[in-house]
Amino acid sequence: MTERTMVDVKLDVNGRTYEVRVEPRRTLADTLRDNCGLTGTHLGCEHGVCGACTILADGDPVRACLMFAVQCEGMELRTVEGLADGDLLHPIQQAFWENHGLQCGFCTPGFLMLAVGYLEQNPDPGDDELRAVLSSNLCRCTGYQNILKAVRQAAATMRK
Amino acid sequence: MTYVGSSVRRIEDRPLLTGSARFAADLSLPRQLHLRVVRSPVARGRIVGIDTAGALSLPGVEAVWTAADTGDIPPIDFRMPMITGVESYRQPVLADGRVRYVGEPVAVVLAEDPYLAEDAAEQVFVDIEELRPVVDPYLDASRATEVGVVEKAYGDLAAAFAGDPVVVEMELRVGRHSAVPMETRGALARYDATSSTLEMFGAAKVPHYNRGAIARMLGLPTSAVVLREVHVGGGFGVRGELYPEDVLVCWAARRSGRPVRWVEDRREHMLAANHSRDQVHRIRAAVDEDGWVRGVDAEFWVDQGAYLRTHETTVSELTSSMLPGPYVWPAYRCTGHVRLSNKTPCGTYRAPGRYESSFVRERLMDVIAHRLGLDPVEIRRRNLIPVGSMPYERGIGALGTEVTYDSGDYELLLDLLIDHLDYGSLSADLAARRSRGEAVGLGLGFFIEKSGLGPFEGVKVTVDEAGYVVVLTGAASIGQGVETCLAQICAETLGVGIERVRVRHGQTDDMAWGMGAFASRVTVMAGSATLIAARRVRGKALDEAAEVLEAPLGDLTISDGRVFVRGSPHGPAMTLGEVARRLRPGSAVDEPGLAAEGWFEVDHMVYPYGIHAAVVKVDRDTGEVKPERLIVAYEVGRAVNPGLVDGQIHGGAAQGLGGALLEEFLYDDSAQPLAASFMDYLMPTMQEMPPVEVLVTEDAPSPLNPLGVKGAGEGGITAVGAAIANAVADALGRPEDVTRLPLSPERVRRVSERHTGRDSSRRQ
Repeated sequence: MTERTMVDVKLDVNGRTYEVRVEPRRTLADTLRDNCGLTGTHLGCEHGVCGACTILADGDPVRACLMFAVQCEGMELRTVEGLADGDLLHPIQQAFWENHGLQCGFCTPGFLMLAVGYLEQNPDPGDDELRAVLSSNLCRCTGYQNILKAVRQAAATMRK
Repeated sequence: MTYVGSSVRRIEDRPLLTGSARFAADLSLPRQLHLRVVRSPVARGRIVGIDTAGALSLPGVEAVWTAADTGDIPPIDFRMPMITGVESYRQPVLADGRVRYVGEPVAVVLAEDPYLAEDAAEQVFVDIEELRPVVDPYLDASRATEVGVVEKAYGDLAAAFAGDPVVVEMELRVGRHSAVPMETRGALARYDATSSTLEMFGAAKVPHYNRGAIARMLGLPTSAVVLREVHVGGGFGVRGELYPEDVLVCWAARRSGRPVRWVEDRREHMLAANHSRDQVHRIRAAVDEDGWVRGVDAEFWVDQGAYLRTHETTVSELTSSMLPGPYVWPAYRCTGHVRLSNKTPCGTYRAPGRYESSFVRERLMDVIAHRLGLDPVEIRRRNLIPVGSMPYERGIGALGTEVTYDSGDYELLLDLLIDHLDYGSLSADLAARRSRGEAVGLGLGFFIEKSGLGPFEGVKVTVDEAGYVVVLTGAASIGQGVETCLAQICAETLGVGIERVRVRHGQTDDMAWGMGAFASRVTVMAGSATLIAARRVRGKALDEAAEVLEAPLGDLTISDGRVFVRGSPHGPAMTLGEVARRLRPGSAVDEPGLAAEGWFEVDHMVYPYGIHAAVVKVDRDTGEVKPERLIVAYEVGRAVNPGLVDGQIHGGAAQGLGGALLEEFLYDDSAQPLAASFMDYLMPTMQEMPPVEVLVTEDAPSPLNPLGVKGAGEGGITAVGAAIANAVADALGRPEDVTRLPLSPERVRRVSERHTGRDSSRRQ
């Protein structure tokens, strides 16, 4: 093994700049979690299927486990830690809370970011469309029933 | 203040919603090392040598340890021993000269960085002389891997089959699948020299038991080991059992003198965490012409995998004791064969033994109905245990206690479901669609669950001098809403606002004893203990306040944390905080503090019951099964939080659907796993889930606990496989041919083609 190459990367996460030094192979998810201390982005599979690590990159939902930190300089990244405004929950968080949209909560950050990313671009989706979009992510606790309810409610609140 | 029975929003949600939760992988400690497990790439073989030099030469690699280093650590004991003479099938923490399944831990690497630990693990060369594996211990019976037999029987079976009854015989199979929680396993251990304590974060399910087991295995006093539950990303029976990795992390922390952190990846989880199900059943029923089942003779084979883990033969025990379900079946015999193979070892998964046996029993009942020309509802109705027979002694035991159904009106629930379905018109509607060429069908699955396994659980309720309440329990939370549920019971009983109540669980130094979170037991056991403890605290507060307020004890009440004379909320009063201040040590009371422990002990389990119904549409060309409706009728005695009960049922239904249609750990001929990622192991997404219609009833409260509750954690899943299979059989008009779960498109097509004869005509 040769010596490990390290690269300086500047990441813009939730409006704050993080200067980190990482290997080029370090995933964005690991960088957010370990280098930036933002452990709200969870890793459920590390192969892009479960969606627990979904964050927003320039407004679009992406799998943070399938991106490298070095790819993300200059992007505006948003994670679950950036949703609430102090003690005031974002409408999507409030809706998940009110509708029992979570149980163990491990997949929740991914679902929240997926839903926010989608609803910001598509404020009034139909049910079929929502089901199709939300089927990007896996949840093992809720059977999705209350997640769908919560996202519907959040969509209505966010439209106001 | 009424909280019990109301869908209170969960008190545990804020950190989970804001990203500030702490799951095992979110923790780190200064100077920690990262542990990576080197796993066997082959299913069966003899270890010839392990070359660690390459790994050790990497800068930043601290150690590579093998069985030569861990040799003093005994194998992992059975948490639930059922039979004797099987100790030699326990799993060692690292392979002891032989490997027995793909994924078996062979060595551990410790490094400064997790990426580096993975690099180094790839440099550990394990030389294995491969041997021919046992892939299917049922088909390949010549390999003699049967390690135990479980037998249950009651009634006169010979008499049941005597005369000339209709005999219905079937062979059925439930595939190997498992919980697959969204969070993989993980642990962080440190040896704290200031308190001479080994501490492990990331415990789940049974922290107190695991504390004792780890202490025994590492030769430490129990009091020198502390296990800490942090946020837990789903359990379902699989997470929290004591695995080799838990012990290795603790051991490595002691040996290295540094904190050691381990987080498994998804592939490891699929290879290393407990699998479940994987049973073949042969069943024979003797039936009268009117549909009365006289007796059932059953035999089944379980592919237990490579070792007997902590549950030993628990799943077989439950399969055989719960197979008769809600029916009288006057005579019954069941023989379960526990066999090993070269696959991942098995344990319990939500509704263990009941998911499988419900599939078998309910398919059998449909086939009996078909043979006799009876309606599937009618055959069930005629065989149900009548309400007048409650409590009903089944005549067999399970998990060391007699199976006694505590309460229930099974026919009432059936009637409720029939009404909800509008059964007559639904059946007519489906028949009409079938006559137009659609393959649509309805299936039912009646089931009995078990819950509230004892023998005890404890809770300590303490009110501090500011009037805040903390509930400590030895029970655990795996993400199912335990904190909210216990807070509801405590707040209502004590008379405080729920926002003043905190619940701590799963910390082995909070409570001397704790049983944990399994067998749908927490609300039953810890809920009842909370009620008892909170009543005692309430009594203590009233006693003290009566003296101070100079009011008759019987006239006082507590609301919103204030004690006052009932009907005079603005009269003389004192807060619970003020009471607590008066009860400091040195005051006149025997036990200082406004605090009390409550212990709830039981000998018998409680038995919730329910019915699953499914309407499916089958695509005959692709073999795809599309569930159009999924209905769960479930009797829970009393719902502490109906919203949480619904959530449990929704989630169970989705997992049940996965096991019925999608999920299977398949292996090839060399016992190599074919499903070790989410690309191959398919779980339901929102697209696959129909709306779940939930009918929760509270018609038969349990007489066995003060709340009247029955566990709600498992009934969502129990008979989904049964209902879906019956619906597919109905849809295809092949009542006898649907015999295997999961109903993959390939298997459905095979059944369907047998029907249409398309397969044979194409071959000609």
